Amino acid sequence: MADSNMADRESTFKNALLSSDTDAAGKALDEYLADKTVLEFVEEVVVKVLDEIGDGWQKGEYALSQVYMSGRICEDLLEKVLPDKTVLRKDKPKIALALLNDYHALGKRIVYAVLRAGGYQLIDYGRVESEELVRKVKEDKIEILLISVLMLSSALNIKEIVKSLSHAENKVNIVVGGAPFRLDRKLWQEVRADAVGYTATDALHIVRTLEGDNSND
Amino acid sequence: MTKSKMTSLQRVLTTLGHKEPDRVPLFLLLTMHGAKELGMGIKEYFSKAENVVEGQVRLLNKYGHDCYFGFFYAPTEIQAWGGEVVFYDNGPANSGEPFINNIDQIKTLEPPVIADTPVLQEVLKTIRILHEKAAGEVPVLGVALSPFSVPVMQLGFEAYLDLIYNEPKLFDRLMAANEHFCVEWANAQLAAGAAAICYFDPVSSPTIIPRDLYLKTGFQVARRTIAKIKGPTATHMASGRCLPIIDDLAQTGTGAVGVSADEDLGILKQACRDKLTVIGNLNGLEMIHFSREETDRNVKNAIDAAAAGGGFILADNHGEIPCQVPDEVLLAISDAVRTHGNYPQ
Ligand code: B12
Repeated sequence: MADSNMADRESTFKNALLSSDTDAAGKALDEYLADKTVLEFVEEVVVKVLDEIGDGWQKGEYALSQVYMSGRICEDLLEKVLPDKTVLRKDKPKIALALLNDYHALGKRIVYAVLRAGGYQLIDYGRVESEELVRKVKEDKIEILLISVLMLSSALNIKEIVKSLSHAENKVNIVVGGAPFRLDRKLWQEVRADAVGYTATDALHIVRTLEGDNSND
Repeated sequence: MTKSKMTSLQRVLTTLGHKEPDRVPLFLLLTMHGAKELGMGIKEYFSKAENVVEGQVRLLNKYGHDCYFGFFYAPTEIQAWGGEVVFYDNGPANSGEPFINNIDQIKTLEPPVIADTPVLQEVLKTIRILHEKAAGEVPVLGVALSPFSVPVMQLGFEAYLDLIYNEPKLFDRLMAANEHFCVEWANAQLAAGAAAICYFDPVSSPTIIPRDLYLKTGFQVARRTIAKIKGPTATHMASGRCLPIIDDLAQTGTGAVGVSADEDLGILKQACRDKLTVIGNLNGLEMIHFSREETDRNVKNAIDAAAAGGGFILADNHGEIPCQVPDEVLLAISDAVRTHGNYPQ
């Protein structure tokens, strides 16, 4: 496919997402699948475009509602083209995602959508308190734990979770995100997390990096 | 009136009139620090007006800033609607599970009656006593959540975004109920003695929705609502951005805007000049770690960027300072304003 054609398709897809036009996004996917695979679509288009939208949000070019709708549309599109429960990525680390203490589920929802759109399978623990989270992570032998919060008080509680999980059988990589981490760029180190993400696509890149590290073990 | 003898109220009114007062006014928007002053838990502190009054008085004596803050926590309004509130020891109260769990409930939703809502009565009592104590010298600030932003707590954010995008009729119905409540609530606080209402509207921020959607939604709601509020309002973006919608905000009838640390204060001031007073923009979360030198530098930078010509009140970027911010930092802010904030600059 010619490069210019490719760039056109990408920008059509991106505009469809930004204007929450599900039909146009679906059409762009169909055209793509005429000569490419789903995984190629994910890699070459979905991740790239969601990244651009996430970065644009950080810079103030796009709004959160667009980040949310884009993630949702991609998630829905991929659920449709993938046969039931198929995972694009095999032999992946066990990943879980949780909303800690507070009742603000949107950040977690977006991260979930993006990871699913990126082809990952993950466990969603929903809204949890610290002790329950530690117990579940140990029971399920989670390798990568993603925690989303909106309140500073919840963020500060992560420190205890990190401590408790340092005694787990396997190494749990703790990745944190949410508004307080965006607004105070030192907070993630203060709570001793392994990594922080400022947009939902950061979650995808961090998971990939950690995955790479694990496979080198 | 000589400039050197200005009271806090005169100082604030002068800057709101886009003229230079004796020095830059300082709003330390403190809530939970009052509980700390009284050695009380946060839940207990906010259970009685007398506690909050005592807390606010002690804080003003300690830091010498330019307002009393009659705000308890955002979900007082959710309690009024019959929703659940969750208290924490180390942070502000939050709304619990949304009380609208099926959007059809919106069809029959009736706004709460302020006189029948104990927690709102405590807020009004707080404002009333603070107003008396202020004796015309210190403005008491009230808070009302915008009808457009409060649904995040009523329905949850995801359901609310879906409502905005997909259910125009129910959205309009919800706005009508919320606007009714917001106007009543703001006016009750003004009647109790609040000098101005802080209209919290971060969902209107370009951080949350794009401007074209704002113009069809939050902007219309703000115009209708603010027109019925019988006193000055300051729109607060709760640390969301506002630069792309500054001119629109000015058209809603608001007099001031609480701005984000994510945007350049000098550019914001230029955009707001003679139209809107700028309130901000020290980063409240970073403030927890400010050293004395950093505090001094940050205050000076903000003043250098925005104080000229008046129309500027130094404050945090969110409209509430986290309880983790140490007293030393608050004292250092107060000192720095007195060092760097005197007019003429
Ligand atoms: C809109 C808003 C409001 C609205 C709606 C809030 C809500 N969601 O319930 C209203 C006006 C109701 C409100 C009220 C309050 N708010 Co408010 N609000 C905001 C604002 C502007 C946006 C919040 C939001 O929901 N964003 C949407 C979410 C999805 O964004 P996000 O968390 O950043 O998530 C993105 C990324 O961070 C990332 N991400 C998220 N999770 C994860 C996880 C991982 C692993 C990774 C990699 C990435 C990732 O992906 C997402 C998409 O890119 C922020 C300030 C800001 N600039 O962000 C303050 C903010 C969240 N509010 C804050 C506070 C304190 C409050 C109140 C408690 C104030 C009070 N005393 O009453 C109330 C309580 C609300 C309640 N529900 O009970 C503070 C919280 C921090 C703190 N100081 O503790 C903030 C951060 C403001 C500040 N600068 O201090 N608020």
